[in-house]
Amino acid sequence: MAKRSGTVGFSKYRKHPAALSVILFLGLIVTSGVYTLGANAANEYARSSVDAAAIMNDPASIDAGKRLFATGCATCHGLNAQGNSDGPTLIGVGAASVHFQVSSGRMPMASPGAQVMRKKPQYTEEQTLQLAAYVASLSPGPEIPTAAQLNWAGADLAEGAELFRANCAQCHSFSGRGGALTEGKYAPSLMIATPQQIYEAMITGPQAMPIFNDQTLNLEEKHGIIAYIEYLKDSPNPGGFELGRYGPVTEGLFLWTIGMGALLMVAIWIGVKAK
Amino acid sequence: MSQQVTRGAVDKSIDGTVKYLDDRLSTSGFIKRNIKKVFPDHWSFMLGEIALYSFIILLLSGVYLTFFYKPSLVEIVYDGSYLPLKGIKMSEAYASTLEISFDVRGGLLMRQVHHWGALLFVAAITVHLLRVFFTGAFRKPRELNWVIGVGLLVLAILEGFAGYSLPDDLLSGTGLRIASGIALAIPVVGTYVSFLVFGGEFPGLDFIPRLYTIHVLLVPGIMLALITAHLMMVWYQKHTQYPGPGRTNENVVGYPLMPVYMAKAGGFFFIVFGFLVLVSGLVTINPIWKYGPYMPDQVTAGSQPDWYIGWLDGGTRIMPNWEITVPGMFTLSPNILIPAVVVPGIMFTLLALYPWIEQWITGDKRIHHILERPRNNPNRTALGVMSLVFYGFLWISGGNDIIAQMLNLSINDMTRVIRVLIFITPPIAFIITKRICLSLQHKDRERLLHGDPTGRLLRLPNGEFIEVHEPLSDEVKAILLARTELPMLTPPAEVDANGVKTPNLWVKKLQHRLNRWWYVDQVPMPTAAELTAAKAHTLHELEDAQERGIEIAKDLPSPTKSH
Repeated sequence: MAKRSGTVGFSKYRKHPAALSVILFLGLIVTSGVYTLGANAANEYARSSVDAAAIMNDPASIDAGKRLFATGCATCHGLNAQGNSDGPTLIGVGAASVHFQVSSGRMPMASPGAQVMRKKPQYTEEQTLQLAAYVASLSPGPEIPTAAQLNWAGADLAEGAELFRANCAQCHSFSGRGGALTEGKYAPSLMIATPQQIYEAMITGPQAMPIFNDQTLNLEEKHGIIAYIEYLKDSPNPGGFELGRYGPVTEGLFLWTIGMGALLMVAIWIGVKAK
Repeated sequence: MSQQVTRGAVDKSIDGTVKYLDDRLSTSGFIKRNIKKVFPDHWSFMLGEIALYSFIILLLSGVYLTFFYKPSLVEIVYDGSYLPLKGIKMSEAYASTLEISFDVRGGLLMRQVHHWGALLFVAAITVHLLRVFFTGAFRKPRELNWVIGVGLLVLAILEGFAGYSLPDDLLSGTGLRIASGIALAIPVVGTYVSFLVFGGEFPGLDFIPRLYTIHVLLVPGIMLALITAHLMMVWYQKHTQYPGPGRTNENVVGYPLMPVYMAKAGGFFFIVFGFLVLVSGLVTINPIWKYGPYMPDQVTAGSQPDWYIGWLDGGTRIMPNWEITVPGMFTLSPNILIPAVVVPGIMFTLLALYPWIEQWITGDKRIHHILERPRNNPNRTALGVMSLVFYGFLWISGGNDIIAQMLNLSINDMTRVIRVLIFITPPIAFIITKRICLSLQHKDRERLLHGDPTGRLLRLPNGEFIEVHEPLSDEVKAILLARTELPMLTPPAEVDANGVKTPNLWVKKLQHRLNRWWYVDQVPMPTAAELTAAKAHTLHELEDAQERGIEIAKDLPSPTKSH
C-alpha cells in the first residue's frame, strides 16, 4: 500500500477497519464508568441512633405518627390505614413491618411496579418510629425487635450458614447478593440490609418473602442467620477478586471478554511480529 | 517461499540437535525431514494452540489435585480451617476439596488454575472451530480431522461437566440433579439409565467415585489419543494457508518448524500458562466454600452451569412445560427431552456432518489447501452466523435470572421474547450475512477492475472531474483473485440412455435445487479480458495526468514501470 502524505499521529488510523469498534468500545467504557460512579454514590444507608423503646412507648408518638401518616401515607393506605384501591390495609401489620418498609426507603413508594425498590429513606429514624407507633396503636402485630433480640454476638456461625442455605439461599442466593423471581420481582441483595431490617423482614415477610416466625426459626437460629449474613458482608476473599459473587455467569463473561480477549491479542501480536 | 530467516543460522541450529539425537538414536533421516517442515503463518492458526496448551495445563494441575482429592460420598463431620462450615456434615469429596482450598499449600491456586483452564480450554476449542468453519479448512481432504475436532469438543464439554460435579458442593449437586432428570426423561429406559448411572436412587453413594474414574482416566485418555491423531493429521496433510502471492494448492509458504515455530509455539505456551496462573491468582472461580455441601433439599438462586453447558441449560429454561402422560403406562417429558437431548443431538450431528453436507450441495470434490475467505462462500458464512445467533439465544437464556436481575427485567418476559426471537432472528441473520458477503464480493470485483480510490480528484481540460484510482498491490491482487468459481451441477436426467428411470430421482433433484440456490447469486469473477481492459484504463488515466505535469500519484509506482 502506498503511504498517504501529510498524515500525522492518530489520523493515519482513522480509516482502519477497527477504528469504529475501538471508538465505540472506549465510549462505552467511559459512559459506564461515569454511570457506575454516579449510581453508587446514592445507595448509602446511615441511621442516627435513637432510643427506640422510649419513642415507641411515648403516647405523643402516636399523634405525631398519625400526622405524618396523613400527609405521607394516607393517599394509598387510606386516612385510617384501612387501605384503598392503591394500597393494602396496614391494620395489624405491626411496628416491625412499618420500620422495615420505611427505614429501607421502600415506603413511601416512588412508583408502582413489579417490586417496591429499596432507596434512600425519606424519614428520620425518629419519624419512622412515630409512624410505627401509630400503626401499632391500631391493632397489635409484630413488634420492633428489642436490643436483646438483636444481640446476635454469641451466634453459631456454621449453623447459621446452614440455615441460610436451607431457608434463604434459594431466593437471595448462596452469597446473599439476591436473585431474580417471577414476573420482574426479585429477592434483594442482603449486603446493605442492617441486622434489624433482616430480623424485621424475617418476622413480617415483606413482598414475596415468607414469614419466618419463632416456630419456624427460633431466636437463636435467627441470630445464626444474621451472623452469617454479617459474615458474608465482609468475608475474606481467599481466591481473589470475586466478580460480584454471581457464580458461573460472571466467570464465563470474564473468561470470554478479558481472558480470551487478552490471549487473542497476544496471538495477533505474535502473528504481526512475524511479518 | 518467503524465507526470512538466515539459512546458515537455521541449518546450524538444526544440525546441532539432529547430530545429538542421531549419535544416540540414528534418527537423522526422520528428524531432518520433519524438523524443517514449513508451516504457514497467521495469528488465527494459533487458536487451536491455546486449546492444546490449556489441555497440557489441565493435565498438570489435575494431577496435583488428585493427590489430595477423595472421591467418596461417605459422610463425615468437617473439622478443617474454614470456620463457617466447622462441625457441618458433608461428604469426604467436599471436605477434601475444602482441604485443597484452605489447607493444602498452593491448593486453591491449583484448583483455580484447573477451573479457569477448563473454561479456557472449551472456549479455545470453540474459537478454533469457528476459524476452521468460516475459512473452509474442513474441506477435502480434512473432513475426518474435522470430525475428530467435533468429537474433542463434545468430550471436552462432558469432561468439564464431570469436573464441575466432583467437588460435591451445592452447585455440583444441583447440576447432577439435572443430569439425572435428563436421564429420567429418556422414554421407556430413562429410569433404568438413571439407576444404572447413579447406582440406585439419586444421589446415592456410587456416583462421585464413578465420575472420578471417568474424569481422570477414561475421558482424558480418549482425548489425548484424539488430540494426537488430530495433530498427526495436520502434520501429514500439511497446514492450510490463506491465499496470497506465491501460495498455491501445491505448496506451503511459511517458516520452518525449527527454530521459528519452536520459538513461537514455546513462547506462546508460556504466555498461556503464565496468563492462566495470573488470572487464577487474582480472580476467584467457583468459591465452593460459599456454596456449602450438597443437600438434596437445598438449592441456591443463580445456580448455573459453566459457560459451555449454559446453552443446554438455557434451552431447558425457555422450553414450554410440555408433559404427556400415557394413561396407565408412563410419562413422556418432551419439556426436558427436546432441549437437553434432541436439540444438542441434532446440532452436534449437523456440525460433524457439515463437510459432507456442503460437499453434497456444491459437488465440490476437489482437494483444498488454500483457505476460503468467508465472503467467498456466502451461504456457509451465513449458515455459521445463523447457528451462532441460535446458540446465542440459548446461551443468554442459560443466564436469564442473572441478566433479569442486572437489567431489571422480568424473567417471564425474557422467556416469552426469546421463544419468538430464537426462531425469527436466525433466518434474518442468514439473509443479512449473505447480503454482506455478496456486497463484499462486489467490492472485490470493483477493486480488481478499477483499483483503490485515492481520494484525489482530477479536473480534466473539458471540465470533467475524475477520481484517480491506484492499482492494487500484487499481494492484494493475489488474495482477491484466489476465489474460484465452480460450475453449477447439471440437472439430473429423468431417464438414462436406455430409458431406465434414474433411481432416487427426488434426491438428485433436491441436490440440484440446493446447488442452484447455493451459487445462483454469487458475483462473477472478472474475466481475463475484463482485467486486461481495466488495467489499460487505469494506466491510461495515470499517464494522462503525468503528461500534464500533475503530480497526482507521486507515491505510487510509476505507471510505466507498473505491469
